[in-house]
Amino acid sequence: MTYPSNIRIVKVPCTGRVAIIHLMKALEKGADGVFVAGCMEGDCHFQSGNLRARKRVAYVKQLLETIGMEPERVAMYNLSSGEGPRFAEICQEMTDKIRQLGPNPVRFKGKRKEKAA
Amino acid sequence: MIMAKPKPIEEIINEIKNFDKVLVAGCNGCVAVCEAGGLKEVEILASALRMYFSNQQKQIEVGEVSLTRQCDKEYLAEVKDRIGNYDAVVSIACGAGVQFMAEMYNKMRILPGVNTCFIGVTDEKGVWTERCQACGECILASTGGICPVARCSKRILNGPCGGSSDGKCEIDKDVPCGWQLIYERLKELGELKRFEEPTTAKDWLKSRDGGPRKLTKEVSQI
Repeated sequence: MTYPSNIRIVKVPCTGRVAIIHLMKALEKGADGVFVAGCMEGDCHFQSGNLRARKRVAYVKQLLETIGMEPERVAMYNLSSGEGPRFAEICQEMTDKIRQLGPNPVRFKGKRKEKAA
Repeated sequence: MIMAKPKPIEEIINEIKNFDKVLVAGCNGCVAVCEAGGLKEVEILASALRMYFSNQQKQIEVGEVSLTRQCDKEYLAEVKDRIGNYDAVVSIACGAGVQFMAEMYNKMRILPGVNTCFIGVTDEKGVWTERCQACGECILASTGGICPVARCSKRILNGPCGGSSDGKCEIDKDVPCGWQLIYERLKELGELKRFEEPTTAKDWLKSRDGGPRKLTKEVSQI
C-alpha cells in the first residue's frame, strides 16, 4: 500500500475541526489541492464533525468558483480508519485530478501552465 | 442584534480593484454572531481577495483587523496608526459601523462588505429571523410579546387582515401571520379581551418618519 509522496498530511482530532480558513490558507500558501478525509457519515465519534466538514468543503468550493479558481481543488472523502488501501486509492485519485488541473495559480502567480486536459 | 449578510465577493472585488492596499475590517459585535463580519469572516474574505488578485497578476496588499465594535470611537481609534497605510477599507461591520468609521477617518475610502438586514434573533444555528424594527415606541405589552410592526408584513396594529390564511401570511406560505401568532399567544394568556378595543394610531414620528433619531442620557454624559 503506497500513496503519492507529494501528499502532506495534517492531522486533526476530527474533521469537524477543519474550518473554512484552514482550506483557504492551504490554497493561498500554495497547495495545489486539499482534501478532507473524514469518517463515514453516521460514524462520527462527535456525532456531526464530518457533516460539518462536508458543508465547509462545499462552501469553499463555491467561494473558489467566485474568485475564478477550480472548485475541484478541494474535496471531501469519507472512509473508515481501517481502510488503508482506500486511503491510498483516494490519494492517487486526488493527485491525478489535481495534476489534470495543473499547479495552483496562486503559487505560480500568473506563470500558470495550460490545463493538461 | 443587528443581522447582516456578506455582499457577493464580485461586488467587493469591483469596488477595490483599483487600489493597491486594502484593509478588511471586521467587527466582533453583532455581525460576528451572525457570521457575516467577525474575525473569521475577515480572514476568509482577505484570503479570497488575495487569491483572486494574485490570479489576476495584480499585486495587492490585503490587511486584516477585527475590532471589538465599530460603533464606538474608542475601538475605531485602535486602527488610527495603521489605517493610513491603506488606500481603502472594506468594513464588514453593519451600516452603522461602516458610517462611523467613515466619519472618523474621513479622508479614507470606507467601503461596505456586507448588506445590513435587520434586528433579529438566532432561530437556530445558521438561521436568523427578524424581531424588531426599532419603531421607537414599544407596544409588546399589549400584543403578547409578539411585535406586529416586525412580524406583520403590513405592520398593521389591528389584525389579522384578509390575507391571513391557515396561520400564514399571503406574501409567502412559509411566513407565519404575525397577528395569528398574537391571537394564539393572547388566547393562551387569557387576554383575548384586547381584541374588543381597537388599538389607536401609533406615533410614527418616533420611528423613521421623524427623521434620523438621537438618544441622550444625561446621567451617562461627561
